[in-house]
Amino acid sequence: MSKVYSRIESIAGNVIVVRADGVRYGDLAQVSTSFGVSLAEVIKLDEDLVSLQVFAGSRGISTGDEVRFLGKSMQVSYSQSLLGRVFNGSGEPRDRGPTLSENLISVGGPSFNPTRRIIPRNMVRTGIPMIDLFNTLVESQKLPIFSVSGEPYNEVLARIALQAEVDLIILGGMGLKHDDYLFFRDSLDEGGALSRSILFVHTASDPVVEGLMVPDISLAVAENFALDGKRVLVLLTDMTNFADAMKEIAITQEQVPSNRGYPGDLYSQLASRYEKAIDIEGLGSITILAVTTMPGDDVTHPVPDNTGYITEGQFYLRNGKIEPFGSLSRLKQQANDRTRKDHRALADGMIKLYAAYKDTLEKQSMGFQMTNWDEKLLRYGELFEDKMMDLSVNIPLEEALDNGWKILADCFEKEETGFRSNLIEEFWPRV
Amino acid sequence: MSAGGEVRGKVIGVNGNMVSVQTDGNIVMNEVGYIVSGDKRLKSEVIRIRGNVVQLQVFELTRGIGVGDEVEFTGEMLAVELGPGLLGQIFDGLQNPLAKFAQKAGFFLERGIYIDALSREQKWHFKPLVGIGDKVTAGDYLGFVPEGLFEHKVMVPFRIHDDLTVSRVVPEGSYSIEETIVETRSSQGKAIPLTMLFEWPVKRAIDVYEEKLKPVEPLVSKVRLMDTFFPVAKGGTYCIPGPFGAGKTVLQQITSRHAEVDVVIIAACGERAGEVVETIKEFPELADPKTGRSLMERTIIVCNTSSMPVASREASVYTAVTLGEYYRQMGLDVLLLADSTSRWAQAMREMSGRLEEIPGEEAFPAYLESNIASFYERAGIVRLKNGDVGSVTIGGTVSPAGGNFEEPVTQATLKVVGAFHGLSRERSDARKYPAIHPTESWSKYRGIMPTEHVEYAHEILVHSGEIESMMKVVGEEGTSLQDYIVFQKGEFLDAVYFQQNSFDPVDAAVAPDRQIWVFGLIIEILASKLDLEDKGNVRRWFYQLRQKFLDYNGAEWNSNEFRRLETEIRAIVQSKKLGIDPKSPAILSRH
Ligand SMILES: Nc1ncnc2c1ncn2[C@@H]1O[C@H](COP(=O)(O)OP(=O)(O)O)[C@@H](O)[C@H]1O
Ligand SMILES: [Mg+2]
Repeated sequence: MSKVYSRIESIAGNVIVVRADGVRYGDLAQVSTSFGVSLAEVIKLDEDLVSLQVFAGSRGISTGDEVRFLGKSMQVSYSQSLLGRVFNGSGEPRDRGPTLSENLISVGGPSFNPTRRIIPRNMVRTGIPMIDLFNTLVESQKLPIFSVSGEPYNEVLARIALQAEVDLIILGGMGLKHDDYLFFRDSLDEGGALSRSILFVHTASDPVVEGLMVPDISLAVAENFALDGKRVLVLLTDMTNFADAMKEIAITQEQVPSNRGYPGDLYSQLASRYEKAIDIEGLGSITILAVTTMPGDDVTHPVPDNTGYITEGQFYLRNGKIEPFGSLSRLKQQANDRTRKDHRALADGMIKLYAAYKDTLEKQSMGFQMTNWDEKLLRYGELFEDKMMDLSVNIPLEEALDNGWKILADCFEKEETGFRSNLIEEFWPRV
Repeated sequence: MSAGGEVRGKVIGVNGNMVSVQTDGNIVMNEVGYIVSGDKRLKSEVIRIRGNVVQLQVFELTRGIGVGDEVEFTGEMLAVELGPGLLGQIFDGLQNPLAKFAQKAGFFLERGIYIDALSREQKWHFKPLVGIGDKVTAGDYLGFVPEGLFEHKVMVPFRIHDDLTVSRVVPEGSYSIEETIVETRSSQGKAIPLTMLFEWPVKRAIDVYEEKLKPVEPLVSKVRLMDTFFPVAKGGTYCIPGPFGAGKTVLQQITSRHAEVDVVIIAACGERAGEVVETIKEFPELADPKTGRSLMERTIIVCNTSSMPVASREASVYTAVTLGEYYRQMGLDVLLLADSTSRWAQAMREMSGRLEEIPGEEAFPAYLESNIASFYERAGIVRLKNGDVGSVTIGGTVSPAGGNFEEPVTQATLKVVGAFHGLSRERSDARKYPAIHPTESWSKYRGIMPTEHVEYAHEILVHSGEIESMMKVVGEEGTSLQDYIVFQKGEFLDAVYFQQNSFDPVDAAVAPDRQIWVFGLIIEILASKLDLEDKGNVRRWFYQLRQKFLDYNGAEWNSNEFRRLETEIRAIVQSKKLGIDPKSPAILSRH
């Protein structure tokens, strides 16, 4: 069933309107222009007026161009042949490999029944103390890196991906700089992981709207692999670009913006993607690590703000370090009670002391006299930043825990640390 | 009312989850319609009527709906099923039982599947309470069946306002919920058979009680900061606003476990599915300390998480509160925990945007405030017609954009609730949990503690905070020894009483007895004049005391360990105690 229409009623932003019958909400169409063929998706029906968002953008579209409805919604091929391949935001090959059309699956499917979920418990080891010790990453977690542009977030993402024990890595790039795309491809290659990776890449030079499908396509493929028993890690970078593409469409549609131009359903839109993260009993899992760049380093900006309400914590990357404050793994308590007895207490206790160190720093900067206690805190803060926060540190969790106690014993008397006595007895380093 | 099932229409537009339909029939506002799309019937609710065009919000993804699709109207407003078998269940926002849903549909929430909330097969042991000739009306008890811990009262449907005369009663025995258990005649002489099952439209409050009373009795949560400082009363309302990660959900989870009430209803509204899973998996394993039975037996979960359809999210809080009101009619104390009311408000905003209504602040609809008010208004402690008392307490989290409380949902909520537990980013960043702000939060209710104790502690806290701010200006060196001691007292109170370790088996839930006892000891310490020379000593002394106290908080109530630690704490205090602050309340003698 493919009807062709050759009269476009209106063009605004990246949305075109045609008069057509028998069209269903969410259906795809092909728009043929003098620049080539683009996919478009039905985003509104009003009697026989059909609004379509054109993935390649509307620039150069003529009112006489052809629109062919495909009678189906977005689908993507799912098979082992995806491995090692690179596709664009519409799921077409970006490498020199063949177009895949076998075993098509729908994207953006219904959500998982909550009663069929299980409590995730498996720690994902990264070798980064700020993650392993303080904000333990757990299989099936959804977690963004919050950062300003210019921070090494893609490096951190690639490092975790290569260190994590997963079966499959799916990269969804939105508005990715070409260099960053090459960086990911090369890192995966050097790490020997490219053959178990699938890349869906929309770059900064591609039409903005085309990036909109990337999370859905990546996650639909991930979901099928997870149902087939694979542990999948999905990397989404950068979700702020995704949100901005949605904003653009909403504005074209003259929707009432809720906050700084973003549509009122920004939260639901982001959530329906992030909630695909899952651990399926007896089968596989999907872990999502995303990048959310914060315009103006403002965490109250609608994109990081809504994201924080959806994801299971966040890693704040600032000045090349993962910040102790604001960084959070909401699933850490599912895993940090099975690692080592002191893990949980140390994670909280050391941060409390680091908060006290920050207060002392403030006092110091105001020129106040430093007391003996302040001196201790200053020393502690320095050691903490050196041995825990520095991203070049790459050690197993157990070593990080031991280092934690050493730092404490180096700086404080036992009762100054605020830990329960039984832990102190067991773990305080003996001299 | 339109004739049920007769009225039909045709889809003429689709915009997100809003569908426009043309129809010639009579339509009831908020009635349910089904859009027939391919082989699926998609449940929807009428939210606007204009001439012969009505707008429906669809409780499902709208993908695949096309212009010309048939629509069947039911003539019935969105309603829930009421009857035995609700407890222990996990429903979506439309009361689909999710466990059964999975049996039918597998891993995913496929569209267009609707399942009876209550089992039609299960038999309940019914014991009648009425006899032939009795006159009964809405809410009167016809009998009861055992449901878990309770005698589940079988009631006359709340919509029947006529006086019915009982003409037949089945003998005590086992019946399913659709079997007639009592036959009656209306005042017009019409035969009206009654079953254990009936429906109630969720957006209307159940009001078949005698009167609403003032909430005074404290609802014990076993969270010290709540019970001691910012109490909630049975039948009252409270809110927990806070930025993401500040601890709203954990606080509600703790409350759902430990609160001293009969029934807990958890409305997981538009937030993470994973968080509900913890409850779903853990509650059946956890014993209610009061009854020894599984916690799940007193719990209902209404779960419409963030990736589930937005329109049913909007309905979910109403579904939850209606179930609460139903159990209140049995004379039970119900606690409804809604996480998060902001997601409900956003669902209203999404719909309002699609309807192209004139937006208010931050694009929320103009009726946001009145909807929030009327939702919380459904809480309350009521005297039933038989003299018994039942209550619904509502606690809602609020997720303000940017963590800024000056936003429409927080502000509208603060206008109507009786207690405010504001969570602070600074406290959660510093891992001071629960991160309820100790000076900005408030409660209009009376708690379990003598008021003068609470006020005294509060004064010290405020004073300590002022000194801390001063110290940021004048430094520690510019602070007097006396002030420094007050500052340390405030810090001590915070560390050992406000902060509570929810992952510690003992500290997680502190019963009122223990709170009263321990708070008494704390007051004694706060009221002590201390013989400490320099600030270094003051700090060391308080840290030593804090250390002991944290161990004490982790010791089982009244265990040997508990007593030993208390003796040690008292000895530490005694060693430096010069006397008592004359301003301290004269009630210290009780210890
Ligand atoms: N009372 C508490 N005790 C210990 N940790 C807590 C407590 N409250 C919150 N946390 C920590 O903070 C994280 C976020 O809490 P959560 O309640 O999910 O925040 P919110 O609902 O406000 O976004 C939790 O996963 C946990 O690690
Ligand atoms: Mg929460």
